Amino acid sequence: MPFIPHSEQDIEQMLSTIGANSIDDLFDEIPADLRCGDLEKIPKGMNEMEVTRLLRDRAAQDGLPLCFLGAGAYEHHIPAAVWEITTRGEFYSAYTPYQAEASQGTLQLLYEYQSMMASLMGMDVSNASLYDGASALSEAVLMAVRANRKSKSRKILMPRTINPVYRKVTEAIVKNQEIELVEVPYDSETGQTDLTALEQFVGEDYAALVIPQPNFFGVIENVDALTAWAAENKILSIGVVNPMAMALLKPPGEWAEIGVDIACGEGQPLGVPLASGGPYFGFMCCKQQHVRQMPGRIIGRTTDLEGKQGFTLTLQAREQHIRRSKATSNICTNQGLLVTAATIYMSLLGPDGLKKVALNSHKTTQALAVRLSSIEGVSIVFSGQTFHECVLRIATDTRKLIDELAKDHHILAGFNLSVDYSELGDTILVCATETRTEEDIEKFAITLENVLNK
Amino acid sequence: MSNTPDDRKYADSHEWALLEADGNVRVGISDHAQELLGDLVFVELPEVGQSVGKGDECSVVESVKAASDIYSPVTGEIIAINDSLEDSPEAINESSYDDGWIFVVKPVDTSELDDLLDAEGYENLIEDE
Repeated sequence: MPFIPHSEQDIEQMLSTIGANSIDDLFDEIPADLRCGDLEKIPKGMNEMEVTRLLRDRAAQDGLPLCFLGAGAYEHHIPAAVWEITTRGEFYSAYTPYQAEASQGTLQLLYEYQSMMASLMGMDVSNASLYDGASALSEAVLMAVRANRKSKSRKILMPRTINPVYRKVTEAIVKNQEIELVEVPYDSETGQTDLTALEQFVGEDYAALVIPQPNFFGVIENVDALTAWAAENKILSIGVVNPMAMALLKPPGEWAEIGVDIACGEGQPLGVPLASGGPYFGFMCCKQQHVRQMPGRIIGRTTDLEGKQGFTLTLQAREQHIRRSKATSNICTNQGLLVTAATIYMSLLGPDGLKKVALNSHKTTQALAVRLSSIEGVSIVFSGQTFHECVLRIATDTRKLIDELAKDHHILAGFNLSVDYSELGDTILVCATETRTEEDIEKFAITLENVLNK
Repeated sequence: MSNTPDDRKYADSHEWALLEADGNVRVGISDHAQELLGDLVFVELPEVGQSVGKGDECSVVESVKAASDIYSPVTGEIIAINDSLEDSPEAINESSYDDGWIFVVKPVDTSELDDLLDAEGYENLIEDE
């Protein structure tokens, strides 16, 4: 049977039952000037062979560049077993199924994922994932406004060191709910969020403080001081972290001993390959006391009537199929397939393996920074310690430089910061994970030297 | 349905409102409402000192199958909440008109209670549902 829900005959029968002449008649209500008509800019359909050819040609244009670009998505080695297992028929489903408890395997996998994330973050609970890191932060902001019952405020303190894309996405999602994002400046020496600048916010009512770790500059923030400051001022804290870095650094559940209220971020580094625009997945964890305000699904372990272990959707009462418009979120779904890959990736590497990847990435980036800053006209901008990214100032037009290195030398040199952070001038954000070798770094350095000395 | 106490008033949205001797209004949900919800697992209480308007959402009761808003039947200020519901929300199932009270409002104008149903009117309402 083809996947065509209605035959011509079905349609005619339905139309005659309600007394309409055509499907177009059903849209009569919509004034003609509000209709978009034909979609002229959308080209005509192509057959499978033509589409394959087109996309193969386009993919070839990308080539196989040497990647020193991070800025939110990172190239890590993914063991072949990860996607081999993930794409087995038993796992190959993007959603928690509608008759959820019939799929015990899927629920168990999500339960294992939640357990791993809660452990990695040092938090009480994790949900079954969100769309991506940026929307996870947006959901965390909405959640904090709901959860902070000591505060009537709809204002959020958002450091300028947060990923600018996250800030834009969050702004777009929360602005129509009258939530205001108030920027916290950074220290131009260290690249860390400026603790002294926080003093100006004391005494005012804010719902939450966002704390990135590491921040967009790759710099490690003074998370203990920030978390403690938020708690002292009865402001909730939202940690936005790179999960890979948490294998090495103190997890958000332990910051300032009390831990943050909500931890979230982008899950891509855990077994998800780089792709233009995703799909990636967001993660979110929180303290037990806030669990009823957390959006998304949570899987629980229980026992059935016969005493056998089973897995079940829990805390569903605030989800949209029950609460409709009053649900904790109406725009969240979990990224089941990517979470499956992440769970398998974490299982294969284990805590020690993750730590090795994180440490290796850190060391490789240190080596990159030292080598590149030895070139005349290139310098390290911030004194703050970094994880696996670093900001470099280069005495040239960085936008042109990045284009030239990509086009003529197949090197993705980094992220141009001069647009989002114009105060920094010509600067780029570079990254080297465990996948970059000494030879790679040398190749980048020599090419950069040649281009700058031209 | 003869167990609807006639000492208090009822809202269409299934809250009861009892005008007490000191002029304050105690609020809970009806026996019918707790039965529809099933076993309660959590009650999100309002804050003492919070001001509420008539018909404002100020609390949420959550059962294994649903979460429902509780609306204040009168305008005023929350002056007491039933803390014991945090640990034992089942008190609402067991004693919805008594131990299962949720909050107390100091009303601005007790005549707002006149807009609510009496016990008989409320029983008619739930029979029609």
